[in-house]
Amino acid sequence: MAASLASAAKLLVVLGVFALGAFLQSRGVLPGILRHWSDVVYLARQHIELVAISGSIAALIGVPLGIVLTRGVVRPYADAITQIVNLGTTIPTLAILALAMSVLGIGSPPAIFGLVVLTLLPIVLNTIAGLRMVPAHLIEAARGMGMTGTQILLTVELPNALFVILAGLRTALAINVGTVPLAFLIGGGGLGELIFTGIDLMEPTMLLAGAIPTAVLAIVIDFLVGQCQFWLIPRGVNPLR
Amino acid sequence: MIRLERVTKIFGTITAVDRVDMDVPTGAVCVLLGPSGCGKTTTMKMINRLIPPTSGKIFIDGRDTAGIDEVTLRRSIGYVIQQIGLFPNKTVEENICTVPDLLGWDRRKSRARAADLLSLVNLDPAIFLKRYPKELSGGQQQRVGVVRALAADPPVLLMDEPFGAIDPINREVIQDEFMKIQAELKKTVVFVSHDIDEAVKMASHIAIFREGRLIQYDTPDTILATPADSFVADFVGGDRTLKRLRLIKVSQAMMKEPPRVVGEDTLETAVARMREHGHGSIVMVGPRGRARGMIRLDEAQDKKGVVSEHVVPLPGVIHVDDDLRNAVSMMFSHGATWLACVDDDGFYTGYVTQRGITQLLGASDRD
Amino acid sequence: METVQFIIANLPLIWQRTVEHVLLVGAAVSIAIATGVFIGILITQSKALADRVLYVAAVIMTIPSIALFGLLIPILSLIGQGIGYLPALIALILYSQLPIIRNTYTAIMNVDPALREAARGMGMTIVQRLWTVELPIALPVIVNGVRNAVVLNIAIAAIATYIGAGGLGTFISRGISQTDVRQLITGALAVSILAILADLALLGLQRRLTSPGLRD
Repeated sequence: MAASLASAAKLLVVLGVFALGAFLQSRGVLPGILRHWSDVVYLARQHIELVAISGSIAALIGVPLGIVLTRGVVRPYADAITQIVNLGTTIPTLAILALAMSVLGIGSPPAIFGLVVLTLLPIVLNTIAGLRMVPAHLIEAARGMGMTGTQILLTVELPNALFVILAGLRTALAINVGTVPLAFLIGGGGLGELIFTGIDLMEPTMLLAGAIPTAVLAIVIDFLVGQCQFWLIPRGVNPLR
Repeated sequence: MIRLERVTKIFGTITAVDRVDMDVPTGAVCVLLGPSGCGKTTTMKMINRLIPPTSGKIFIDGRDTAGIDEVTLRRSIGYVIQQIGLFPNKTVEENICTVPDLLGWDRRKSRARAADLLSLVNLDPAIFLKRYPKELSGGQQQRVGVVRALAADPPVLLMDEPFGAIDPINREVIQDEFMKIQAELKKTVVFVSHDIDEAVKMASHIAIFREGRLIQYDTPDTILATPADSFVADFVGGDRTLKRLRLIKVSQAMMKEPPRVVGEDTLETAVARMREHGHGSIVMVGPRGRARGMIRLDEAQDKKGVVSEHVVPLPGVIHVDDDLRNAVSMMFSHGATWLACVDDDGFYTGYVTQRGITQLLGASDRD
Repeated sequence: METVQFIIANLPLIWQRTVEHVLLVGAAVSIAIATGVFIGILITQSKALADRVLYVAAVIMTIPSIALFGLLIPILSLIGQGIGYLPALIALILYSQLPIIRNTYTAIMNVDPALREAARGMGMTIVQRLWTVELPIALPVIVNGVRNAVVLNIAIAAIATYIGAGGLGTFISRGISQTDVRQLITGALAVSILAILADLALLGLQRRLTSPGLRD
């Protein structure tokens, strides 16, 4: 029963997309969107740059930070810090961008700063969670074998935590890609320009010219990271394989 | 009470249960026994239709279960599983009263019954009714599981390896408790196990399964004495005779009205008495009849004097209600061929010999 | 500070926008719970269905909120509801689906199979089993999902101001367009505090709804 439901659903989706396409064509929407094509390409490049820069910075800070927070030295404070970081994730994205702007003005710097903060939090939380989830007996076995703390970290803890850490990166990137459109509001550029201008000018074609590539970009990036998660992580520690 | 008629279950191409015929009388404890995958659990689960039979009929108290709605059927049968399955979000009391509540019983009545049943398994209701499952030990959880199955007073109880998840020490205790409850409540019990010792201890009837077929269905003693084929003989174990010993009480094998002497008797009297009975030793008792020691023929016949001066300790003493396996074990550890049997107060009531035991077993053994 | 004076001077406005914000999120989450929990329970019946539904919900989540608004507006303008409340509401409901469906599904699937068997063997119907055993055990995780959805929605509702839905995001958008730091900070603080309070309140609810037998 589930199988036929699924194929029915697929059929419906395909028909729906066709109908939508035909409808849009008849309303002259598609040519309207294509008119903005050069803008789309330019802004998309900016968009991807923002994602790449803020994402790399966040990962480079977040993963080591997460590792540090699980080390014995910090353990007494780790829970308190994790609570604070958790609290940070509840702060709405627009608020963070707004606060970045009030401190750093407009342009790319506040945009990148805000994006880094937003992307950082899930990465740190997942790094901590992933490391905590490594079975204690593996670490004990490693210590018993005579490995140093660093060796244990590199050869036992990280490989086992990698799946969860990558999952965190994936979530973080999704949040990142989702927030970049808002970067336009504080002068950071990106496809958000087409979307917001489209709303202000009440021009649906401009809106869609911004919204569709944004959505597609988000889905593609998520898919790519998902594939990384599947292929890059060795079979032994990869629940998906 | 429960009758299976040519009950069969086929999964795809696999015949899990093959034309099983079985009749479980009211008040019986029937243990379904066999190696993994032999169909015993599937058979039991067909009784409460957790697994529907492919063919065949099952009758409970004369009624064909196929004609009864499954949910109603299951509410009238107690069901205990190996993993216990106490609902963690409910208190012990709420767990026990699950089926009575489903049946719409008066709450005061069901709560009172829950308290009574808990006392029956030696769990103080005042302490345990309001506890949550996670606050109980494994053994306590299992007892509550059994009580839960009995709460609505079903005539039939099905148990799927109910004591498997408990450590061996607690398991013995719970098995004993269960037997006490059963003696009082007299339910018809069908119970799956893979442990022959558990079956021998607890069952009134044992059904041995192999690859879906019922190979032998009989009382424990009969199966141990006369296994139907080599499979059953292997399954019950090469020590099946020793296992049979567990089923027999010392009082059934002992010689009653045993000869005895008192401390004041002379050695000649003792020797004479021993010769009269053809024994190599004789027990000395105290003034009221309690076993105190013994005199050995080979030591007494050359001496003169009174018994009390030559008495030596008894090799071993066994209680009349103990089982023969323990008696034989004691004989081996003391290197004795006989043991004095005493009752609760220590009075010498009989003696049991190796030869006596062998004869008793041989009488029903047929190899 | 000027911002503090601004806040004090505009309390009624702040309150009004807060109410708008809360109503929008409240309506969206209520509907999302009804649909999400229902779908979550439904998909426990079939793994294939579950995989597909969760995949679709996850894909929706990856679409940036403003893009989703952007996609909904032209469609809804056809029925004259392009701007304002409705596209925001629909987007919020869609975004809430994944946390709620996924948590409901995972929580029910994680219920110990022994409990399901015991319940079945005792003669409970499927509904009775769901109601007295599975849902109470799954409830804390489901409420956790609702909590995630609420926090997410508060954030997205702030962005919805750009499509005319009002709410506390208005302070932020005005603050940006008028380069008014006071409004910026007021908006940012207000939304953040709302989000944190909602999170803590729901955490409290989650704890209250957890049976004492399930707490560790």
